[in-house]
Amino acid sequence: MTGAELPPYAKALGIEIDRVENGTPVLGVDFSDRILGRPGFLHGGAMSGLMEMAAIAALHAEMDRRGEAMRLKPVNVQVEFMRGGTEQRTFAMGTVTRAGRRVALVNAECWQDDRTKPIALAQMKILLSPSEG
Amino acid sequence: MTTPDRPPAFTALPPGFEFDPERGSRLMTRHGHGGWLGLNYHAHGDGWFELELPWREELVGVTETGVIASGPIISLMDNATSMSVWTMTGKFVPHATLDLRVDYMRGAVPGRSVIGHGECYKLTRTISFVRGIAHDGDPDDPVAHVIGTFMATHGSYL
Repeated sequence: MTGAELPPYAKALGIEIDRVENGTPVLGVDFSDRILGRPGFLHGGAMSGLMEMAAIAALHAEMDRRGEAMRLKPVNVQVEFMRGGTEQRTFAMGTVTRAGRRVALVNAECWQDDRTKPIALAQMKILLSPSEG
Repeated sequence: MTTPDRPPAFTALPPGFEFDPERGSRLMTRHGHGGWLGLNYHAHGDGWFELELPWREELVGVTETGVIASGPIISLMDNATSMSVWTMTGKFVPHATLDLRVDYMRGAVPGRSVIGHGECYKLTRTISFVRGIAHDGDPDDPVAHVIGTFMATHGSYL
């Protein structure tokens, strides 16, 4: 997955691939008014959007490793907000918990300056279908 | 849960301030993430609140199809359900989202506004239980279903 593959929504928010860890992209976004919720804090929806992007990026990376071209369709997401996000750079990374032939379960974590203190968690279920391309 | 150490939530509305849904939502959709998304007040009643998310190219999640990304839908529903709580309390109570679950029924039709309908179905002293749907014209054919909880961070809902 390259930066060019991030959708317009991600690019418009300033979401980028910060680095790749063991083949899985870590996404990062600088704080800006575009992702501000209540004053001084990151918007929960923006955090969720970032984690969804990270989850999908992790699944794409896994599919690439397997050499399978799949079309991904989100079924649902469960997000837990654990700490208020503050005005600093925010990261997210997905972990593919289970990817079968038809459905994948991907966890994602969102953190800021201290990775051991995530600010939010997400669990996303994604339907897989063979890509026509 | 981290407790904010500065004036919580929207500084224009002190805790306990009488909540005027139309005015309040105008304040809250002008700045920050809601402002960038272009959220607009749509309608409200006792215990429910609706916001409109107009379609635009920057919000697209799949370039080839023009379908809006799921992130803006979560933000729309986070805000609509949040506001619905204050239509129930009748006063502004600062709170934080604890969790949200979103089920995606289908992609929203490109070019159409998405309406976020949020409702609060139960309040306790510290927790509000919310649910809602997002639709792009027909409430009987939703784009997404949502369920979640908020926690009062300063003071009590009741």
